[in-house]
Amino acid sequence: MNKVFPSAEAAIFDIEDGASILSGGFGLCGNPENLIRALHKKGVKDLTIISNNCGTDDYGLGILLKAGQVKKMVSSYVGENKNFEQQYLNGELEVELVPQGTLAERIRCGGAGIPAFYTPTAVGTMLAEGKEVREFDGREYLMEKGIRADFAIVNAWKGDRLGNLVYRKTARNFNPLCASAGRITIAEVEQLVDVGELDPDLIHTPGIFVNRVVQGEYYEKWIERRTVRPKPQA
Amino acid sequence: MSDIKNTIAARAAQELTDGQVINLGIGVPTLVANHVPPGVDVVIHSENGAVGVGPAPDALCSDPDRGNAGGAPITLIAGGSYFDSATSFGMIRGGHVDMTFLGTLQVDGEGNIASYEIPGKLVAGMGGAMDLLAGAKTVNVLTEHCSKDGSSKLVEKCTFPLTGAGEADVIITERALFRRHVDKGFVLEEVARGYTVDDIKACTDMDYTVSDAVKLNAYGLEE
Repeated sequence: MNKVFPSAEAAIFDIEDGASILSGGFGLCGNPENLIRALHKKGVKDLTIISNNCGTDDYGLGILLKAGQVKKMVSSYVGENKNFEQQYLNGELEVELVPQGTLAERIRCGGAGIPAFYTPTAVGTMLAEGKEVREFDGREYLMEKGIRADFAIVNAWKGDRLGNLVYRKTARNFNPLCASAGRITIAEVEQLVDVGELDPDLIHTPGIFVNRVVQGEYYEKWIERRTVRPKPQA
Repeated sequence: MSDIKNTIAARAAQELTDGQVINLGIGVPTLVANHVPPGVDVVIHSENGAVGVGPAPDALCSDPDRGNAGGAPITLIAGGSYFDSATSFGMIRGGHVDMTFLGTLQVDGEGNIASYEIPGKLVAGMGGAMDLLAGAKTVNVLTEHCSKDGSSKLVEKCTFPLTGAGEADVIITERALFRRHVDKGFVLEEVARGYTVDDIKACTDMDYTVSDAVKLNAYGLEE
């Protein structure tokens, strides 16, 4: 078995216009940069993207938004991206705002075969409108549904050709959740290692969740806000 | 400006008790970490997937794979750990985070908080705030008392979309501290240096009562 593809372009060969795509990453941390660039280059349009946010104006998923390739975003956070906010306010982009924890759990459930769950988050807010509210032990909870998508694109630090993945530090975030919920999951790895090299006790995403693996060609690894000691405050 | 922010953050840090797990929102709440009282050890949770967040790194040690929810580089103290977003929010909703500190656009006397959208004008998104409000045991709202146009951010009733309904427990501004009690709503407990009880009344639209034991000159910058 060999799930390795020669390039990011090759790994996304069947992502067409109108596809739904789960993408790992939080802000500019842990993004599948090479797969995003390949989608940008391919020019596929009318995408539905489920991701915590949408990069910044010029980095991460933001490049797809800027190129008008995105029809709908399902995200928890729009800030830090002028295109996102503007396209949303102008009605050019469909946006489903989902609380971050609800989004994470919806993706986890999608991948775990759980169709819906109850959460205390967002009870009594606009987001509860039209949703089932049920009381458990005297507290109200909202019903939320699991999410799956046509594809998931994720970034990992190390991976082998069977698709076993290990993430690094806070670059893990939504990546293992997305990896579980794509009908086709494509992982780009910063280091492609031999089968057997990863300690089975320390694998974050077992390879059975992953259909394709590609060695990321290069990483820009942007830092969104460089705050260091001593604080450079005016 | 930064003095106002530090005044709020310094008072907020006095709410901390030893051993708590806390989450700090973006902006003024992040500054709370700089004012933790001596002898108080707290564990900082960052909702993007870390507990045991330490001080900001030296320039040479900043790592793009190691950031906080605001996208700034962090360090991790010994004993800290990393995890995925579902685990992170399981900690929050599951009651494993004791206290959260966050900013807001509006807060009202019923404890409603509106912080993520001004309809038609500004959309930030709620990020993790809705889960934090629902899940953290104590919610501290840190905000400047008035917006730039001088209107009170402590409003009679929130008009922007709510981030949380009835979730605010403590409101701390550069001018005053209000604490919400089950039976009587928000009570003005402390007034900062340079303000009187009447000054607070004049700049606050939210319903509240004044504590019999209200503390004047309770905090704020030394004259």
